[in-house]
Amino acid sequence: MKKWQCIVCGFEYDEAEGMPDEDIKPGTKWEDIPEDWTCPDCGAPKDDFEMMEVD
Amino acid sequence: MDPIIIVGTGLAGYGTAREFRKHDKETPLVLITRDDGASYYKPDLSEAHAKEASPDDLIKKNVDAMAEELDATIHTHRQVESIDPEARELSLNGDTLKYHKLVLAFGADPILLNLGGDATQSVHKVNNLADYRSFRSHLGDAKHVAILGAGLIGCEFANDLVGAGYEVSVFDPAGWPLSQLLPEACGHAVEKELARAGVHWHLGHAAVAVHESNEQLQVVLDDDDSVYADVVLSAVGLRAGVSLAQDAGLETDQGIKVDRTLATSDPHIYALGDCAEVDGQWRPYVGPLMQCARTLGKTLAGGEGDTAGAVKYPTLPIIVKTHVCPVIVYPPVDKHGEWQVEGDGANLEARFVNEDGELLGFALTGDATNKRRDYLKDAPPLMD
Repeated sequence: MKKWQCIVCGFEYDEAEGMPDEDIKPGTKWEDIPEDWTCPDCGAPKDDFEMMEVD
Repeated sequence: MDPIIIVGTGLAGYGTAREFRKHDKETPLVLITRDDGASYYKPDLSEAHAKEASPDDLIKKNVDAMAEELDATIHTHRQVESIDPEARELSLNGDTLKYHKLVLAFGADPILLNLGGDATQSVHKVNNLADYRSFRSHLGDAKHVAILGAGLIGCEFANDLVGAGYEVSVFDPAGWPLSQLLPEACGHAVEKELARAGVHWHLGHAAVAVHESNEQLQVVLDDDDSVYADVVLSAVGLRAGVSLAQDAGLETDQGIKVDRTLATSDPHIYALGDCAEVDGQWRPYVGPLMQCARTLGKTLAGGEGDTAGAVKYPTLPIIVKTHVCPVIVYPPVDKHGEWQVEGDGANLEARFVNEDGELLGFALTGDATNKRRDYLKDAPPLMD
């Protein structure tokens, strides 16, 4: 499981947690999130996310 | 209890309200806006043609949906006239509203050039959806759009409009586009790629007047050259709106002055976003304001005795969506150093390094933007 971060606003998407509020189930991989999905905090597109280093 | 009142329903106002509601579902919340309260992502305005979106398509949620999501009362088309910090109340078109805590998130206003000529009233500016609606409606039969200002907004609009088939001319007194953000070589890369896409550049000269002329608009430059266009868009920068705060006795400088807890000089009033200057830094971009919204949302939900959180900014770059030559730039906070540029054609990597060779900032253009991850890792945070 990986984490992805919006480089525009710093929002983090954690694949392990998903986003149940947006009907994205825990364990949903980044590549399985629709391409037209946008950052829930700032509205930036998926392209503006980067994979984060996992400690 | 009196409500928490947030003035402004842009990214900063709604962002703070959302963050607050994550921690507090009870305290009454009131938002006040000059516009219709629709929630949208402002950076979309300068990319709407590329997204094939009409102004209405850019709306994510209307005001009723926002009021429901936030369990808030939202006053639309209302202007706050004054704030009385002693009494903790504000006046709104004759009504008086009392607040427990007040958040100022009403943004910035476009700078207006001091232009001569008889058609300055026809010059558009776009800093909100209503402005954009007006601009789009005037684009109808237009063929040629003149853009005053080659900054982030001017360049993004140039790309979007030329991509949609308009003839586009851009004017700026600076020698290269994005001159406030980019070193010269990177600016010229953007200039060349946009020129290849069809943009006409008029750099190194300021526009001084706009005249009506045979159903067109004549933009006159300081060297007496002139260009005829159908629509003129001014995008020469923003200035924080501070007069309401000043009149209330709050400290202001470039923006309303707040500390790292986002508190103004009055402990019950906070500010964030394009109207606020946080610990001496005015950064009118999405990244910093979202960090502030997260910090402030928690603080507003906290009890009287709780220690307020202090905002920090990670390495938040600025993304310029000039699709023909994308740009990611992280201007150095510490300006003691120099730019070193490498690369070919439109694909440039510029490193801003100090005497010790440490990376303080960077600018990437074209395909080099794919390397953003490496640079983001190495550059220092924006505000630690």
